[in-house]
Amino acid sequence: MDWEPLFLTFKLAFVTTIILLLVSIPLAYWLAFSKSKIKPIIETLVSMPLVLPPTVLGFYLLIAFSPSNGFGQWLDEWLGLRLVFSFEGLVFASVIYSLPFMVHPIQSGFSNLSKSLLEASYMLGKSKLTTLFKILLPNIKPSLLTGIVLAFAHTIGEFGVVLMIGGNMPGVTKVASIAIYDEVESLNYSAANSYSLILFALTFSILLLVYIVNGGYLKRFWK
Amino acid sequence: MIEIFLQKKLNSSSGDMLLDFKTEIETGQFVTLYGKSGAGKTSTLRIIAGLLRPDLGKISIHGNILLDSSQKINLPPQKRKIGFVFQDYALFPNMTIFENLSFALHKNQSKKILDELIEIMEIGDLRNQKPYRLSGGQQQRVAVARALVQKPELLLLDEPLSALDEEMRSKIQKYILEVHREYSLTTILISHDLAEVLKMSDHVLVLDHGKIIQKGHPLEIFSNEKMSGNFQITGEIVSIINQNEQLILTILIGKEIAKIVVNKNENPYLSLGDNVVISSPSFQPTIKKLN
Repeated sequence: MDWEPLFLTFKLAFVTTIILLLVSIPLAYWLAFSKSKIKPIIETLVSMPLVLPPTVLGFYLLIAFSPSNGFGQWLDEWLGLRLVFSFEGLVFASVIYSLPFMVHPIQSGFSNLSKSLLEASYMLGKSKLTTLFKILLPNIKPSLLTGIVLAFAHTIGEFGVVLMIGGNMPGVTKVASIAIYDEVESLNYSAANSYSLILFALTFSILLLVYIVNGGYLKRFWK
Repeated sequence: MIEIFLQKKLNSSSGDMLLDFKTEIETGQFVTLYGKSGAGKTSTLRIIAGLLRPDLGKISIHGNILLDSSQKINLPPQKRKIGFVFQDYALFPNMTIFENLSFALHKNQSKKILDELIEIMEIGDLRNQKPYRLSGGQQQRVAVARALVQKPELLLLDEPLSALDEEMRSKIQKYILEVHREYSLTTILISHDLAEVLKMSDHVLVLDHGKIIQKGHPLEIFSNEKMSGNFQITGEIVSIINQNEQLILTILIGKEIAKIVVNKNENPYLSLGDNVVISSPSFQPTIKKLN
């Protein structure tokens, strides 16, 4: 069995999750505390990947980043970045596609905190940034964990977006879900089964871990 | 001297209301804001703290301007040197009690103040506990201590005792009075408990529909005429029995219940739940020694 697709899948999920975490904390903070009028629009945009068929997203990304189009050409010429049929493109698409899975838990974590915690910290002379790192984030650890794991697992499972923008290039864009499709197409069921089993077992373990940690089972077991 | 003037339109459950608040508070005074819920007490406190922006206002402490809408000055809460104790205590759940207190320190502030406050509030045993393990009264003591770490010029207490039982309440009242004197604080307390107002404050502001309707010494405000030479107790009417020309009142005084008979014609407006002052001439009281 070729391990490369599996390796690529986890590399993609890992990189995507890191980027998502960095992007989602400020975004979720803004969504949770801002009173801006454009908030509903941003909220809608963040949630779009939940309802949009992945192929639609992939299709538009493909069009936008194609070097034969203005924007794609600009990226290519000025930044040397080609986002179609490349690993970078996969990362970009995955970040957009998994965005709500990271933003929503963090946002609801922030909103569920008592507002007086924030205010108490301000009254003690602490800046917004100090408050974010010392008070807010440590108190929403379960939400952060949920966001990280959901985004990671969701990226492992994506298919439509990856196929549209990445295609099926071994070692570059051929992730496990595509490899499974590929093997089935060529009636190679046993290889497809190996990939599938591994993905199934891994995602099951990851989710189980989250529920155990967030449910407090670990702590109870420890004491 | 603390000068406060503020105006803000508030949307309360009973419709729009204009909060229009103007007063001066002398340094070192213990002031209570008294009034029904929805009268604008908490909003007033939040505006003073800088957590809420008024439509119009001017606030200064010892001449330092915190807020002046005509000059577009509005210092953020971080720069106001005000201690605030929240109704829900707002202790940081991720930190131990000691960490909660030391988080409040200024950058270069000495840690001496922490030990001092821990001693006054008697929370030494709780140092390494997380807040969720503490009772309401213990959390309250920590919250007061934390608000005092930075030695604020003004201490604001937003109904800090309403969720506590009678015994704990009077204990915390004692602690608050003690730090008020120890640190020569100027303190503003929100309360809708008459007994608390009488016990704690030198000065009371009665707020109704966003306006101060009465101000002065609590005893003068809450008893209609000055009754010097008389002793008085406050209590709450828990039952009224109408009998001929007389009313038999059952009054809850602290934890005790007393039955008192009064003339109906002289007291036509009494109703259930009223807070009342019971007074008696001092020259003919019955006194019995307790064992």
